[in-house]
Amino acid sequence: MPVFYGTEVASPLMLGTAQYPSPAIMAEAFRASGAGIATVSLRREGGGGQDFYRLIRDLGIPVLPNTAGCHSVREAVTTAQMARELFETPWIKLEVIRDDDTLCPDVIALVEAARALSGDGFQVFPYCTEDLSVCGRLLDAGCEVLMPWGAPIGSGRGLNNPYGLRSLRAHFPGIPLVVDAGIGLPSHAAQAMELGYDAVLLNTAVAKAGDPVAMARAMASAIEAGKLAHGANPIEARDMAAPSTPLFGMAVLG
Amino acid sequence: MTAITILGAGVMGLSIATELAARGKQPRIIDPAGKPGSHACSWRAGGMLAPYCEAESAEPVVLRLGLDAADWWEANGAEVTRRGTLVLAPSRDRTELDRFARLTKAHQPVTGDDIATLEPELAGRFSRGLHFGTEAHLNPRAALLALRDRLEQRGIRIETEGAPTGMIVDARGLAARDELPDLRGVRGEMLVLRCPEVTLTRTVRLLHPRIPLYVVPRGDGVYMIGATMLETGGRYRVTARSAVEMLSAAYALHPGFAEAEILELGSDARPAFPDNLPRLRRRGGTLFANGLYRHGYLLAPAVARMAADYLLEGRKPEFMDEDHP
Repeated sequence: MPVFYGTEVASPLMLGTAQYPSPAIMAEAFRASGAGIATVSLRREGGGGQDFYRLIRDLGIPVLPNTAGCHSVREAVTTAQMARELFETPWIKLEVIRDDDTLCPDVIALVEAARALSGDGFQVFPYCTEDLSVCGRLLDAGCEVLMPWGAPIGSGRGLNNPYGLRSLRAHFPGIPLVVDAGIGLPSHAAQAMELGYDAVLLNTAVAKAGDPVAMARAMASAIEAGKLAHGANPIEARDMAAPSTPLFGMAVLG
Repeated sequence: MTAITILGAGVMGLSIATELAARGKQPRIIDPAGKPGSHACSWRAGGMLAPYCEAESAEPVVLRLGLDAADWWEANGAEVTRRGTLVLAPSRDRTELDRFARLTKAHQPVTGDDIATLEPELAGRFSRGLHFGTEAHLNPRAALLALRDRLEQRGIRIETEGAPTGMIVDARGLAARDELPDLRGVRGEMLVLRCPEVTLTRTVRLLHPRIPLYVVPRGDGVYMIGATMLETGGRYRVTARSAVEMLSAAYALHPGFAEAEILELGSDARPAFPDNLPRLRRRGGTLFANGLYRHGYLLAPAVARMAADYLLEGRKPEFMDEDHP
């Protein structure tokens, strides 16, 4: 199971807590999926969201607060500090957004915020692109986990750049890697795990499904399958057929 | 038969009083404000009677219980506009429309020409949409005052103080949180615009992954624009972000809204239980009726009927805590 900053979590599925039809359905989706971490957004619900936070704590799994919706280093740092106080955890999923339509990370501000927060004792989970240099800079800034996007948040497009994600995996073999955002279907989540990623973080694909509980279960199964497959050392794709039964010696009929 | 005192003159309290009065009971109503008003979150509601649209995110029971709401309101003196709901999406968010259609029933797909026929001012602006022809809307403030007036005609006045007598029906909304620890507030922000340049005759919903918006006509060029859904009971005023997002979505629906006068910026918190479904709950001599969430006008009639069935006939309601723990 994945280990983040020395803490082993119970499942490679990290599940968000936004946009469910109700908190009761959210809780059921968490139970059905056995998710190892619950992410929660602080920014918009800041100031008085105590009832909802209590419902999230009641899920009984580690909470990873995030800085969703922050557009600057200062905003992200302030939000992280609020999160630490509220949830009593040094963990923070760091999101600094540049563009509202793609929710593309502002990687320059991200590195700066990651450095500031790491220096302040936070354990930073940066939501980033799959760019090797950016990821290298994030590690230099003190991050011990990387969370590249699969596709823009909420787009459900799956892994836009499997090559980039694979090469990231190859470059940073010892670093926990999480595909964060863009997952729409269980097959996308399975693909991330087949690439050797340590975990998958998703929210919309489950919360906005017609049956969030069933989809949560489907995601958990797919992640389990992808993880098993990666460990099982899959065959390489090839251009020509390779018969699974030898042709030589087959009976000639007629 | 014992006396009944209802606490709270919002949509829940007045609906229960109306239902009891219709069955020959004379309940007392106590509300410190003395009349329906902005102290109740139902004052700032949209007033959509849209059970089919709500099924996009609500459980099927909301649809079932909400089907009779328009008839109930009309029978009790509210002016109900039955022109359906038009659901639209900007062209780049068309997949939102497909998703909405998949999760709901009782809609007709409409083309750009159909949209122009239904709402001529939207001609040429949208190429696809959904029309929920059987849905309706009302003006919440007028509806609450209509209930109040009818109750007064029957000699039931809203008292501002005094000790409750007999069985207590607690319909205080989020204020009852002091006795209902599992009740939480879900913040909503809304605007009221006056914009005679824009003529829309039915509720229009604009789907957007980030800022889903609805516009409910109030007549005379006045529109209610709503509403945010934030997991906090905070009752601070409308934030700049929410106002900007709602206004820009309204502008995307019809550029004429750019010239609107902002009559009101309102915010409040909807009372909700963890499953976002309403509840009756009996504790000693008190029956709590609460948790209407974003379905105040849609579900108040059904919950009021259940409360009256329980109080007058001892019938166990569908939404008693025993069945919905």
